[in-house]
Amino acid sequence: MTNSYTALLGKAVQKIARLRGGGSALPGLFVEKIDPNFVPRTLATLPLGVVVVSGTNGKTTTTKMVVELLEGQGLRVFTNRTGSNFVRGVAAALLSDVDRSGKLYADIAVLELDEAHAVHFVKAVQPRFSLLLNVMRDQLDRFGEIDTTAKMLQHIAESTSQTVVINREDPRLARLGALYADKTVYFGLSSDLQALFPNDDTMRSGGTVGGKQPPADVVLQKIEDEQTASFTMGKETLTATLELRGVYNIFNAAAALALVRQIIGDTIDNDKLKTSLSHITPAFGRGESLTVGGHTLELVLVKNPSGFRLSLSSFNPEGYATMITINDNYADGRDMSWLWDVDFDSLKTEGVAKVAGIRAFDMALRLQYDEVAVGDVTPYLPDALRSFIEQNPHRPKRIYCTYTAMLALRRELAKITNVETIS
Amino acid sequence: MTEKQLTILQLYPKDMNIYGDWGNVLTVMRRAQWHGYEVNLMEYNPGDTFPDTIDIVLGGGGQDSGQDRIQQDLLKIGSTLHKLANKRTPMLFICGLYQQLGNSFKTQDGHIIEGIGIFNMETIAGPERLTGNIVTKSDEFGTIIGYENHSGQTTLHRDTQPLATVIKGAGNNSTDGTEGARYKNVIGSYLHGSLLPKNPRIADFLIETAAVNKYGSFTPGIIDDRFAESARFTAESRPR
Repeated sequence: MTNSYTALLGKAVQKIARLRGGGSALPGLFVEKIDPNFVPRTLATLPLGVVVVSGTNGKTTTTKMVVELLEGQGLRVFTNRTGSNFVRGVAAALLSDVDRSGKLYADIAVLELDEAHAVHFVKAVQPRFSLLLNVMRDQLDRFGEIDTTAKMLQHIAESTSQTVVINREDPRLARLGALYADKTVYFGLSSDLQALFPNDDTMRSGGTVGGKQPPADVVLQKIEDEQTASFTMGKETLTATLELRGVYNIFNAAAALALVRQIIGDTIDNDKLKTSLSHITPAFGRGESLTVGGHTLELVLVKNPSGFRLSLSSFNPEGYATMITINDNYADGRDMSWLWDVDFDSLKTEGVAKVAGIRAFDMALRLQYDEVAVGDVTPYLPDALRSFIEQNPHRPKRIYCTYTAMLALRRELAKITNVETIS
Repeated sequence: MTEKQLTILQLYPKDMNIYGDWGNVLTVMRRAQWHGYEVNLMEYNPGDTFPDTIDIVLGGGGQDSGQDRIQQDLLKIGSTLHKLANKRTPMLFICGLYQQLGNSFKTQDGHIIEGIGIFNMETIAGPERLTGNIVTKSDEFGTIIGYENHSGQTTLHRDTQPLATVIKGAGNNSTDGTEGARYKNVIGSYLHGSLLPKNPRIADFLIETAAVNKYGSFTPGIIDDRFAESARFTAESRPR
């Protein structure tokens, strides 16, 4: 099977799938069937190799940052930008980017991969670099236990040929880093900031990881005025004002910087790095800001307890009308237990104006037990969104939403305002 | 008038606290307050001194590694928990600690975690994980709704009373249709969800029993359970 043959057929299927209004799954599946080597063979042509980004929270935002930082350094980057982080999604993204002869014009691939799919992916394609962000509770009905997820990430570390970049503040990952000490580089937080990032083990006891920590190549030192961040990188300090909101996104920037420093090496241009960094905007639905009726409306994706906690501590509710939308479709996770591992005390003073989604009443019940006032509960999303906007015409608005709720909200919002389309 | 007070003990919150176990603690705490009791919430972790006066004991689930970490300590306090159980103290144990209240738990890798035998039952980790929404029925508590996520196959001995019968889902194991276990006022269950917020009758059973044990009577407060009713209604209709 040659690349041009697969590329031509694959592109044809993609065109038909698009005409029918479908997503990336079908063309990806098609390529997998007719030419299972298409993805590894095409990626093997890249001079700087393949980078894998994995972990529970922040994959999409961090991958976007890494891509933009590398482009700022003059590299041509291939990425699976739709956030379809399965192997099939990589195949589909490749089909779009190769020319008719199947050639990919890029220097490097930066791929966001879901933990379980990354395990399969690295069997076929050896990454040169990998970035492991965190292991937290997410969709436990799929993976079972956190320790199982950590083992999946260990597979990625194991098969990485050059450097593994690891979050020093995550106890399970730090243990993993110790196993591959000769090829591991860390990013981390200053001791002042560590308390802001409770992990699943310390979330109720409030403690930090403790013990002696390995030195980190990039450390997020401090954040001022919510958006000005200082990082130490090796011996240098970089201070930049960011478009990104939320402590959590800014910590992801430390991860991206650490990875990019490894990829580029000594020839890195720090001025360009700073410029790229200050222009990065959040990935869709990750603190994305839209304008509705002259006021901002922010969409904040929440997928698991640690992510929800971090979002609540990152965004100040004062002056905002807040809505929470919880679905329990397969992609969201069916178990509602996770809502009980999040503290909603910070919403007490302002209350929550609207609760929506398939599991709206589970969310309302959760708020009742934290004694947070609930304006009203409307499970059906389009109605909830419309009345939320109508009832809060003069305030900025913020909606916390699970994955499928976010997609549905963006569809509804696209009818009334400008929403960037992600194809 | 001095306020009536109930002491709630959360067992092993450091190692056995996952899948919303905090929701059960929070629910008992708040509902006790809403019923007019002052709440004293205590934690017990391995190596701590076990408190003398306890009105309600709550324990949750954990990873296999967490279950290993607490095993020795649990065996040490086993006789104390037996005494509390026989004094009809209300207790609730979910998933991991429910398994360890049985005689033994054989894990996925074949090693055996010895339990304290309050429930006469054995658990063996099976090849498939039993996950999904679950609905069960008990004569005492009516319909019980939750979410299960375990690989343990638990078999009750004939003299052990189950908590409920499965209507939808797996329960203790893939075969016999029982869910959970009951010994006096001790309840064991695989149900997360969290269990108590969506099943306030069980929460109130724990509180009422504790109040009667301590003060001889219980007068319920008025609690608005409309959100719980609606959440139950939705949960019952969701796919597994």
